[in-house]
Amino acid sequence: MQALVIAAHGSHLNPDASNPTYAHADTVRETGAFDEVREAFWKEEPHFREVIRTLESEEVFVVPLFISEGYFTERIIPRELRLDEFEPEQWESDGTSASQVTFEAEDVGKTIHYCGPVGTHDAMTDVIVQRAESVTSDPSVGKGVGLAVVGHGTERNENSAKAVEYHADRIRERRRFDEVEALFMDEEPEVDDVTDFFATEDIVVVPLFVADGYHTQEDIPEDVGLTEDYRLGWTVPAEVDGHRIWYAGAVGTEGLMADVILERAADAGAELGDAIERVRQITSSATESDPERTSQAGD
Amino acid sequence: MVATRHVEELVQRVTGGGDDSDIAFDGLRITRDESDDEFTFTLAIDGGRVDRTGLDADGLRAVLAGEAGEAGAVVEPYVTNWHYWQETVGGEGTARRAFLRWCEDAPLADDDATSVPARYADVRDGIDREWGQLCITARFVDGDEPDGERAYDLWHVDDADADLDALEIHDEPRAARELATYDEDGRYRPLKTAPTLETGWAFTGLSGTELVDAVGFFYPATIANWHREREGELDVDHWSETAARQSGIYEVVSELPREAVDWLAEACCVDSQCLRRREWEYEAGDDLDPDGGDGPFPCREPCSLVIAAARKWAIAESETERTYELELTPSERNQLEELIDAVADDRTDEIREADVNDGANRYRARYLRAKRFADGELEMREQ
Ligand code: SF4
Repeated sequence: MQALVIAAHGSHLNPDASNPTYAHADTVRETGAFDEVREAFWKEEPHFREVIRTLESEEVFVVPLFISEGYFTERIIPRELRLDEFEPEQWESDGTSASQVTFEAEDVGKTIHYCGPVGTHDAMTDVIVQRAESVTSDPSVGKGVGLAVVGHGTERNENSAKAVEYHADRIRERRRFDEVEALFMDEEPEVDDVTDFFATEDIVVVPLFVADGYHTQEDIPEDVGLTEDYRLGWTVPAEVDGHRIWYAGAVGTEGLMADVILERAADAGAELGDAIERVRQITSSATESDPERTSQAGD
Repeated sequence: MVATRHVEELVQRVTGGGDDSDIAFDGLRITRDESDDEFTFTLAIDGGRVDRTGLDADGLRAVLAGEAGEAGAVVEPYVTNWHYWQETVGGEGTARRAFLRWCEDAPLADDDATSVPARYADVRDGIDREWGQLCITARFVDGDEPDGERAYDLWHVDDADADLDALEIHDEPRAARELATYDEDGRYRPLKTAPTLETGWAFTGLSGTELVDAVGFFYPATIANWHREREGELDVDHWSETAARQSGIYEVVSELPREAVDWLAEACCVDSQCLRRREWEYEAGDDLDPDGGDGPFPCREPCSLVIAAARKWAIAESETERTYELELTPSERNQLEELIDAVADDRTDEIREADVNDGANRYRARYLRAKRFADGELEMREQ
């Protein structure tokens, strides 16, 4: 038997913080690829500390629903899962290339594959592009359009900026969008000045965050100038300095994130059959048939 | 009549050879005896109620299928019971299996087996168990002619007498996730084991696995820890260990004074606030004062909510105490106590608008503020 654990932050205060985790877990459940699928949290239950014992499977794949390598993926999650032998060096990562490490947890008789975070997986690049498609309701969006990938910045950890730049570079190489920029909330180049960085009239702004919270629903909309006051909401697109800005909140709410979770587990050796293809089908058709969900953020 | 497929599965198991071919389960014993290159079987039920030796495979089949007169009628529930537990549930040694056994008061070890017919009579009526605020009924899928397969119903203990028609019926365990997220007043429940589960819903006809999943969404990991405790394997992490493990902004919790940990447990962990039974103490050999609670499932270490609150208290407790002097009438002093009690007991919603006898009444609080506050602060002198 094999199990998937999606390890996310969660919140004591905001009940919506775990919604994307639940939604992606449910998508994976629908595929039947894992005998057991569990959401686990730092601030909700089941806690990281107690999740492994709820599983009957011998083979466990733990995928952190985090954007970058850092404090949570290197320290908190391994410690709380009791992966006592884990050292971040075992990932041999340059900050965005952690794939997985395997442990034999003999006390519980399980093999635990501890995977790198979703945010740095190559498949995440596709999710950002898909987000641009869904927010503009244009499956071929790109020509004549600029794309801003927005991250938190270095305040807490330098790898968070690396992840944003990594995906921005990869999208730029595809030459699909006229311009692609990596912007940040608390360092240069800043998202506040987003219109300065683009010549295109249309700019899609995609925040590389796992869940919606005050950064994506309050700070960014106000910083970018989509609205005076986030409580009033904003339109998609919104006019700012002669540009049209397309913005709809955290990329982590995009259905295709379930694909990245599966890719992480597959890289670590999970046997998934055709689950990845099926998830791609489910999550891309959901976008086309239900454009409402793309404008959930502001209007 | 025992379903033919149940009999066939059982016969195949015992005739299949192999090490685990003998059956000894809940009072049903079938052993394979080898003599003169021939196999015969011994079938014994509940230490002698039925005792047949020297049966060949067809003979065994006939008895199990209830075609052997009196013995057949006795055998039937043992066969269907075997089928449910060994074939449908399986999972020997798992928490899931132990929990489902507990749901119908079935013994975990074979040697103290209550007789299956007696248990069947109870399951036929439905056996109710309580798990926190959950009420679980174990019953037969088909109560009139039970074939051994169980179904489980799940609802709030406060709805135990409610009409099913009055409840919102669910059959998908995941619905429990949403039900567990908000309390009756629509407030977020960050602590899943807080005694604030909303009422008005029921899950009916769940399979054993679905029941365990649903309970897992309501009260995550409680079954696993309960099972560990019963097996003598609960790994309790006491306060001092859990505090020492924290890092980042939570590193400070280890500075919380010893006596403050008593107050913390009294504030957060008693049964009125959390249904987990606190098994962690300050450290091994140094117990906390407040009662740990009476619930069926244990709490093995301070949870994330308690750690987050402890951070606040650790920082606050690092301040030195001072003496303040302020003027209050005796009634005002009493009122301060009533205000604190009302918030601590989550009673503010119940205080009626015009109940000015209650010190925590809004008008009373506003009056006190108008009288004793200046520039938004309680007027007092620091000594
Ligand atoms: S630490 Fe206290 S509040 Fe938290 S789960 Fe345990 S008993 Fe409940």
